[in-house]
Amino acid sequence: MGLEIAFWVLTVVAVAAALAVVSLHNIFRAALALILCFLAVAGLFVTLSADFLAAIQVLIYVGAVAVLIILAIMLTREVQRGSFSNRFNAPVLLSAILFLGVAVFAVMATSWPVVTLPPLEATTTALGSELFGEGGYILPVEISALLLLVVIIGAITLVREK
Amino acid sequence: MTLGLEHYLVLSVVLFSIGLYGALARRSAVIILMSIEIMLNAANIALVAFSRYVVPGLLTGQVFTIFSIVVGAAEVTVGLAIIIAIYRRRETIDVTKINLMKW
Repeated sequence: MGLEIAFWVLTVVAVAAALAVVSLHNIFRAALALILCFLAVAGLFVTLSADFLAAIQVLIYVGAVAVLIILAIMLTREVQRGSFSNRFNAPVLLSAILFLGVAVFAVMATSWPVVTLPPLEATTTALGSELFGEGGYILPVEISALLLLVVIIGAITLVREK
Repeated sequence: MTLGLEHYLVLSVVLFSIGLYGALARRSAVIILMSIEIMLNAANIALVAFSRYVVPGLLTGQVFTIFSIVVGAAEVTVGLAIIIAIYRRRETIDVTKINLMKW
């Protein structure tokens, strides 16, 4: 029962925060709403018994990405200008609602192969051996390390003063 | 009413649609990037929900989510660097005014 209450509360918070991000005129407030949305998603990961993912969601998204976005807002002085919609507001809203309807219909109409086994309780050890163990995902881990190196160099090159 | 896979998938679809609207209808490049982050989070919710309800003991979806978070962080870093570089040259990040490469 507690799980259901937590799910519905977090769902309402996440959807409301996401709506605030796309509708607020003050960009700084939109960034704060985005942080709230990330936190609610971390809580949803907890209800899915993904404890390690909830932790890295808070660390990476709330910690790093949100700070980066707020820094970019400050550097570009966007707060004075505000966030407005372009001239495609109505058709985009219509197509987004259309997409929502089609996708919800697809989710509901499909019979998913759901298993009723209980989930793993502590996922960190299992994830570690899955990522780094024998026959695991060690090659993608190395590739993502390379990707992060490229991103660091690319970001520095892009924002460096000539 | 117990929680099922459909609850999380519908939530994921709702968040994705909100992000889609924000990414297509807003003028500010920072807001567009934030909307893309919402869409990435929606996809992550769907991945973790599939991992929880379809293969509960295998954690495949959670491993995939870790890589998705890494790629998302990389994307937002490069995106914000590009936005700041554009702002330095053009003094604006209104995407309706950044139309040099528009056909």
